[in-house]
Amino acid sequence: MNGSILLASDGSAHALRAAEEAINLAKSLSKDIVVAYVVDYDQSKKDVLHSTGSLEREQKRKKQLQTTEEKLQSAGISYSIKLLHGVPGPAIVEYANEHEISYVVLGSRGLNSLQEMVLGSVSHKVAKRVQCPVLIVK
Amino acid sequence: MFTQLKKEWFGNVRGDVLSGIVVALALIPEAIAFSIIAGVDPMVGLYASFSMAVVIAFMGGRPAMISAATGAMALVMVTLVKEHGLQYLFAATILTGILQVTFGWLKVARFMKFIPRSVMVGFVNALAILIFMAQVPHFIGISTMTYVFVAATLAIIYVLPRITKAVPSPLVAIVVMTVIAVYGGIDLRTVGDLGTITQSLPSFFIPDVPFNVETLSIIFPTALALSIVGLLESLLTASIVDDMTDTTSNKNREARGQGIANIVTGFFGGMAGCAMIGQSVINVKSGGRGRLSTFVAGTFLLFLIMVLGGVVVQIPMPALVGVMIMVSIGTFDWSSFKAMTKIPITDSIVMIVTVVTVVITHDLSKGVFAGIILSALFFTVKISKVHVSSLRDGQTLNYRASGQVFFASVTDFIDEFDYQPDGVERVTIDFSEAHVWDDSGVAAIDKIVLKYRENGFPVSLTGLNESSSSMIKKMGVHDKPGEKLSGH
Repeated sequence: MNGSILLASDGSAHALRAAEEAINLAKSLSKDIVVAYVVDYDQSKKDVLHSTGSLEREQKRKKQLQTTEEKLQSAGISYSIKLLHGVPGPAIVEYANEHEISYVVLGSRGLNSLQEMVLGSVSHKVAKRVQCPVLIVK
Repeated sequence: MFTQLKKEWFGNVRGDVLSGIVVALALIPEAIAFSIIAGVDPMVGLYASFSMAVVIAFMGGRPAMISAATGAMALVMVTLVKEHGLQYLFAATILTGILQVTFGWLKVARFMKFIPRSVMVGFVNALAILIFMAQVPHFIGISTMTYVFVAATLAIIYVLPRITKAVPSPLVAIVVMTVIAVYGGIDLRTVGDLGTITQSLPSFFIPDVPFNVETLSIIFPTALALSIVGLLESLLTASIVDDMTDTTSNKNREARGQGIANIVTGFFGGMAGCAMIGQSVINVKSGGRGRLSTFVAGTFLLFLIMVLGGVVVQIPMPALVGVMIMVSIGTFDWSSFKAMTKIPITDSIVMIVTVVTVVITHDLSKGVFAGIILSALFFTVKISKVHVSSLRDGQTLNYRASGQVFFASVTDFIDEFDYQPDGVERVTIDFSEAHVWDDSGVAAIDKIVLKYRENGFPVSLTGLNESSSSMIKKMGVHDKPGEKLSGH
């Protein structure tokens, strides 16, 4: 398979552990990594209100992934960052299924535990619907 | 062009129809409640929501954004309605539209960037507070049952989404509370006590007002405030929808579209409206992406009024109050408390002044102006500090200025220099990190140079950038022969 590894990340501790596993996988398979950060619908209103423009917004969001980026850089993996918009689970599924992605790596729990309680786990939903192998990192 | 239009209308038919229906259901209680805030019959808000949504579906610049009767606009029109009546409101709505079309034609959207974010945060927070305050007379101190109904409505609104998201929970709350009130024979004030619902289609008519200067002087201030508030909320909402859908939109077309929608709305007996943040978010979340979603929301709303008109008057007021409390909680930007610890104190002051001004004047546009003026002042103060450092090099005294040299900074700037330096033969001033902006800046430099010259020190200016030096050439006097320090 030629596709990249998709690392879903919100910058949380769980996502950072997932990043480490994604790096190991990328190294042994010599693949590149696409880091996907999903901007939730409810976050849009808040972010638009508190930023001066789309440029600043993009920068602020990418800043969440700073530690992840540092890890990738020091491991010497080539990577790109993709900001997705929507509900985290479906947004990752859609991106993974529509692009050349051979593995999806994600943490078992994100920042928003309340949402998880109400909606069920994001990682479980992603694993069910993504067509390629999924690695859920505990 | 045609393919673009086709995509905007029919690129997402299933999602758009479904989300449009959800929005129509969610709009009913809000349109009624905003009519009550404005002091008009519920039909005025319902007609407005229908015609705003349908017209903006065709004319707007941001597909999938929902426009209808809104709280922000309702709050601005209260005084006009109270003092002059409904016909003047229709006339003001039409004038609002004309002003907005003009603003759109003048490409007003580019001025949005001059409105600081703290003013926008203040705007939504003030809006939330006003919507809440407008509910107080409808539930404080009426009866115990009123409190019970408000609480029960809120409970349904916030608990139901945890079980199902298929139907908008505010609507379910309204239906359940109405059924309980009607069949339980509970004595509560209803929508019918505050106005009438007619099951007829809106019709075209010209507002019954005298066409003279007096009328214009009555409606113009309100129309101007309405047009500004409407555009502010609409363009803010457009940016939010842009971000949610990761697409761009035509803001000037949106401004013009808002105007056309208001003109049409005024002629069909509706109150002025604008885009709604909350409903647009619901639309996008429910899968709406195209113009069809907005169109369906408007037409389905009208269909519902035709069918349900008789039932609507039986809705108990406390249920509507509960929905409005939810709207105000949802509108308020709760993250602004957390942001206060991080952002500069001046930003927080601007936000609070915006809110306080609105709450005192009950006019969102006044709060926005107060906020803009204050933040402009803060900005001026912030950049009005020119740093001057000095370095002695033998018998030469080298000054280095950095910052903005303009009317607000010159007084302090002039005082930074020592005009009687000991053991110095000449003075240089390096401007490579400074910029001279206006005639006050040029006059200040003149004054400094002439003062040194009078005291017997030759001065040379270096490092002036192109625009600064051409301004000094044009307006300065120190380099022209025979100039002396004028007597002040």
